[in-house]
Amino acid sequence: MSKPYVTILGKAVRAAAKLRGGGSALPGLVVEKIDPSFIKNTLASLERGVVVVSGTNGKTTTTKMVVELLESQGLKVFTNRTGSNFTRGVAAALLGEINLRGKLQADIAVLELDEAHAVNFVRSIPPTYSLILNVMRDQLDRFGEIDATAKMLQTIAMATTDTIVLNREDQRIANIANYLNGKKVTYFGLSPKLINRFPSDDDLHGGNHQNGSQKASVELIDFNENVATFSINGKNIATPLKLNGIYNVFNAAAALATVRAILGTNIDAKKIIEALSNVTPAFGRGERLLVKGQPIELILVKNPSGFRLGLESFKPDGYATMIAINDNYADGRDMSWLWDVSFDSLINGVDQLAGIRAYDMAIRLQYDNVSVKDIEIDIAKALRKFLANNQQSPKRIYCTYTAMLELRRQIAKLTTVKAIG
Amino acid sequence: MTGRPITILQLYPRDMNIYGDFGNTLVIKRRLEWYGYEVNLTAYNLGDEFPTDADIIVGGGGQDSGQLKIQADLLKIGPALIELADDNVPMLMICGLYQLFGKFFKTANGEVIQGIGLLDIETHGKSERLIGNIITASQQFGNIIGYENHSGQTYLGTGVKPLGKVILGAGNNLEDDTEGAIYKNVIGSYLHGSLLPKNPKIADFLIEKAVTRKYGAFYSEVIGDSFVEPARRVASKRPR
Repeated sequence: MSKPYVTILGKAVRAAAKLRGGGSALPGLVVEKIDPSFIKNTLASLERGVVVVSGTNGKTTTTKMVVELLESQGLKVFTNRTGSNFTRGVAAALLGEINLRGKLQADIAVLELDEAHAVNFVRSIPPTYSLILNVMRDQLDRFGEIDATAKMLQTIAMATTDTIVLNREDQRIANIANYLNGKKVTYFGLSPKLINRFPSDDDLHGGNHQNGSQKASVELIDFNENVATFSINGKNIATPLKLNGIYNVFNAAAALATVRAILGTNIDAKKIIEALSNVTPAFGRGERLLVKGQPIELILVKNPSGFRLGLESFKPDGYATMIAINDNYADGRDMSWLWDVSFDSLINGVDQLAGIRAYDMAIRLQYDNVSVKDIEIDIAKALRKFLANNQQSPKRIYCTYTAMLELRRQIAKLTTVKAIG
Repeated sequence: MTGRPITILQLYPRDMNIYGDFGNTLVIKRRLEWYGYEVNLTAYNLGDEFPTDADIIVGGGGQDSGQLKIQADLLKIGPALIELADDNVPMLMICGLYQLFGKFFKTANGEVIQGIGLLDIETHGKSERLIGNIITASQQFGNIIGYENHSGQTYLGTGVKPLGKVILGAGNNLEDDTEGAIYKNVIGSYLHGSLLPKNPKIADFLIEKAVTRKYGAFYSEVIGDSFVEPARRVASKRPR
């Protein structure tokens, strides 16, 4: 079938899927079946190439940051903004952006890709730049082992044609450089002062986390009361941020290092810092919604390190707290991960538990001597109770991926929630 | 009621900890505290001097890389562990350390990794990974509910008894329906989840053996396990 026909067909399916409500990957699936080289041909036309962002935690917000920082420098950027981070999601997003001759109106693409899917993606489309954030215990039931996941990320780096940006403080990521003979590698990192706020899975039960020895292109020096200080090219720059959570701020260093790798010295420093100070977190990554005059923060937790960082970043004082744990395929079926998180910081109690594995969570809290006010497996019912019982308090909900989708659906009935797809 | 210390020894928590098996240690620790004992939580890591005063020994699963790292060291402390097991010290070994407590682990490409031979079991590496929710039945503990994730397949010799009979899932291997192994007060199993939180009867078995061995008798108090039944009910209906 000729390209315009494939494009038109895909766009039609996309429009139909939108009418039906949801299903951001479906039109991409249709196009991919009919023209498997659709993505490749469309992306190959981009002048500045393709950036792939991968790793266990923080892909979505970091991708959003890289996009907004590049846009601040005048580039037109294509991205899979929907959070549908599979190849089909990329195809679906492309369909929304190309004209009918199949031409993508952009200078560069920045794509968030899940580790396993990225391996397939880079086989047919070698990225120009890659940003490898971290590798942590996540969905081991899907990938088998953390070392296997690190190997996938290594494959992405090895396929990269220009520069690879690596996390200096994650040993498995920094070690990838050993396999990148002759390729350009730069790092983002943390100051020695902050390193202990990022315990790795290996340090969890003994062991001492130390800074990597390589020179970092961008280092996060300090983060205090929403003001972050970065060292860029040896110069300290402090800026207020709308991001909360130190892990989001560390990923801002990753995004800055990536933009430096892409643009070199041609950066408008004033504009880039201004753009950085305006970046807001991606949905479910510390976003704030307003319901009946009180804010609700949704914090996505997918793995022990993410949960630990969430608890470390958001102090519970004055907040009503809910935790919603599902075990659907996208969440990971194994509940073991809850036991690698310490819940001591919630010692004043949790107001509501929800989700398929609410009782697993209840047992987990019991063993940290944390009391629980109410348990309701059904997320919609649990949310109603949580709102009714805590009307005067700001609220915070820690939730797994599919629990977050359900919570957003329910909250959308009460307030305006930005559409996901 | 303090002054009756019980020492829990974790084996290689630094290198063998990735599957949340710390949950087992935490459950034993808290239940002991709730029963009124004073808990002394200790760790044995690579190169440490092996302590001889452990009342309960707990070990978990690791990456293949973690297992390679500790293997030589484990063989060194093997005789001491066997002596303690024969002296009825209760132990719980999950996944990786369960395998290495056996006679050997033969990898898929034929390499043989020596185990300490405390358990009469042998393990063969296979290409297929056995992953998913698992339920087994035990006369002693009732149904045991957890999550398995392993590529080694284990076969029991006559010197051990299986911990449970598989109802859902794979268990030790794809040929018989056994899961785990028991020798004296030593329990080996592939179950994560973690194992003990949703199977407190096994935790209480280990605790009772440890306390009786040290103090002659164990008087249990009732612990509020009210979340356990609903959690087990949900878990046993989840897809593999």
